[in-house]
Amino acid sequence: MGHLSYESSKTIATKTILILAFITIFEVVFALLGKGYLVDGFYISGWITGGMMILLSIVKAYLIVYEFMHMKYEVPGLVRTVLFPTLLLVWAIIAFLAEGRYWLGSRENVKNPPASGTSSSSAPQGMIYELPENSL
Amino acid sequence: MASDTMTDQHHHTETQPSWNGGSEPFKASYGKLMMWYFLLSDAFTFSGFLIAYGALRFSMPSWPVPDFVFSTFPGDFHHKPLLFVTLMTFILLASSFTMVRAVQEGHRENKMGVVKWMLWTIIGGAAFLGCQAWEWNTLMGKEHMSVKINPFGSHTESGTYLEGDGHDIKEGDTFKAGDSYLIHKHDGEWHPLKYRADDGVDAGKEKQQQFGPKAFGALFFFITGFHGFHVLTGVIFLLIICVNSYTGLYVSRKNGYEMVEKIGLYWHFVDLVWVFVFLLFYLL
Repeated sequence: MGHLSYESSKTIATKTILILAFITIFEVVFALLGKGYLVDGFYISGWITGGMMILLSIVKAYLIVYEFMHMKYEVPGLVRTVLFPTLLLVWAIIAFLAEGRYWLGSRENVKNPPASGTSSSSAPQGMIYELPENSL
Repeated sequence: MASDTMTDQHHHTETQPSWNGGSEPFKASYGKLMMWYFLLSDAFTFSGFLIAYGALRFSMPSWPVPDFVFSTFPGDFHHKPLLFVTLMTFILLASSFTMVRAVQEGHRENKMGVVKWMLWTIIGGAAFLGCQAWEWNTLMGKEHMSVKINPFGSHTESGTYLEGDGHDIKEGDTFKAGDSYLIHKHDGEWHPLKYRADDGVDAGKEKQQQFGPKAFGALFFFITGFHGFHVLTGVIFLLIICVNSYTGLYVSRKNGYEMVEKIGLYWHFVDLVWVFVFLLFYLL
């Protein structure tokens, strides 16, 4: 707080909200364009639209935390103690999404068991139960 | 506190230590620092829910397509994908901006400015909650989604419908793998449509629409509900602090309008969480 004059902090707030609004509109239009809603027969790969929107959301998060919540004007120690712990989430995201993929593999193996002798199966051996349709 | 805090704070710590040691760690007041750590812990709570959503979504062969599920708009508009949630996002963003303005007015001790901008923030928060209530009501009341039943499915093969639903689908319509559908409910009965599979392992067989992944409804209502609960508590605290500002309570306080700053941090955090809820539920 307080390192800027009233007028200049007002200008920064206005600029920030306009950037946030612009990014949001861009995200929605890009999502709809990629899925073929806006131009007939025009699609963009989900990996590109998805990656783009994750990046833009991180930019939005940065603007909210650094400008609106004034993290930019706090001392480095405060910034570190608040932001560094969130880095732990990087591993949580990787591990749980990988786990989700593994569950999907297990489901498919239960539905269509691989022929015996194939060693590429990722399902644990000795899985005997049957998953009912749409069990989740 | 005036805007020139470096000298001000120095003076402040010498005469009136706000922490018992006499100097403020990280040059922040106790209340603001603790609000930051509360928000950090809350961020982990939300992350836990959102990561669970990711893991379950990754574990399902298909997932309801958001631009199909969230495509209604008040006034009986249909097939307007994402329009309503974009409006909700704008309401929340706007209320974040008015909150920043309230904090700035607090710094220059302009009482009526604080009250005016906080009132706008409260209106924004209440409008967001109203939108969410409408969205939930449509999903539960009209489309019959619940935490246990998810009528939004998507096809895993292409095929041809053998019957129509009286709305958008007519007998003989074709669909592709990945196309979404909503199973309708009339008079307490579900009416999944019959279709003939045109490719895949079941090509040529007569099949019926299946319900979508059950976890979708539970995750949607729980996570957006938990976020809505944060918005609701935010609105309540904003109201209390707005009234306190109006009565002049903060004029006599040594730390001035710091309460406005603290509720501001919380309010921006609610907006921050919405960025990721919006990303995961509606955009991806």
